[in-house]
Amino acid sequence: MTIYEFLTYIILPTLSVSGLLVFIRFLIGPTLSDRVIALDLLITIGIGVIAVYAVIANRPSFLDIAMIFALIAFLGTVAFSYYLEKRKKDE
Amino acid sequence: MNELAIMIIISLGTLFILLAAVGILRMPDLFLRISVTTKAATLGVGLILIGMTLYFSDVSIGTRAVAIILFLLLTAPIGAHLIGRSSYFVGVPLWKKSLMDDLEGKYDRKSHELRSEDLEEIFDNSLLKKETTENKSNDSKPTEGKEN
Repeated sequence: MTIYEFLTYIILPTLSVSGLLVFIRFLIGPTLSDRVIALDLLITIGIGVIAVYAVIANRPSFLDIAMIFALIAFLGTVAFSYYLEKRKKDE
Repeated sequence: MNELAIMIIISLGTLFILLAAVGILRMPDLFLRISVTTKAATLGVGLILIGMTLYFSDVSIGTRAVAIILFLLLTAPIGAHLIGRSSYFVGVPLWKKSLMDDLEGKYDRKSHELRSEDLEEIFDNSLLKKETTENKSNDSKPTEGKEN
């Protein structure tokens, strides 16, 4: 079994299943904070998928996109928590 | 041999990410979910990036991977703390079986300031001690140095 087959047939489906599990929490999350952390974890899993796909496709320039993803995830969490704190409770 | 090491490291990282996904689905409480996902997912992505660096074995790619890992390690605790703090203010309920809530009654929900009761007690006690020592110093000065 070469590393390409291993990554394609075992690692990528496992990452997809974990992304699906997080997406279930993203849909059913009782509060908005649950959805925010589920979104954060989805983006983190996306970074892992990009790294694995860079090995499969043999294109290391995909890593730049992963770096931007990490930035956007942090900015999104900070912005969501800021506006969650500013929001009035009865809205 | 090299490929085997890469496969083992990437499998470990994927296992941690899968554990984080199961944890965010199964944990009963928002704060438990935060504490599960932040650590496990960061470790998993870091392991996957290390395996990818070993596969390419290039300096420029290794630098990018180290930058991503450092950024994740820096920002994951900050984001988790921010979202946990704001959701505590909004009033997200804790788990029913939670044993204790250390912050109960200590956060002012309007001004968002932390008020520590223990600190106030210590402060009051020190004030009381000062007053008593002042009274004693008025009564008898030479015993003050021995007491302290």
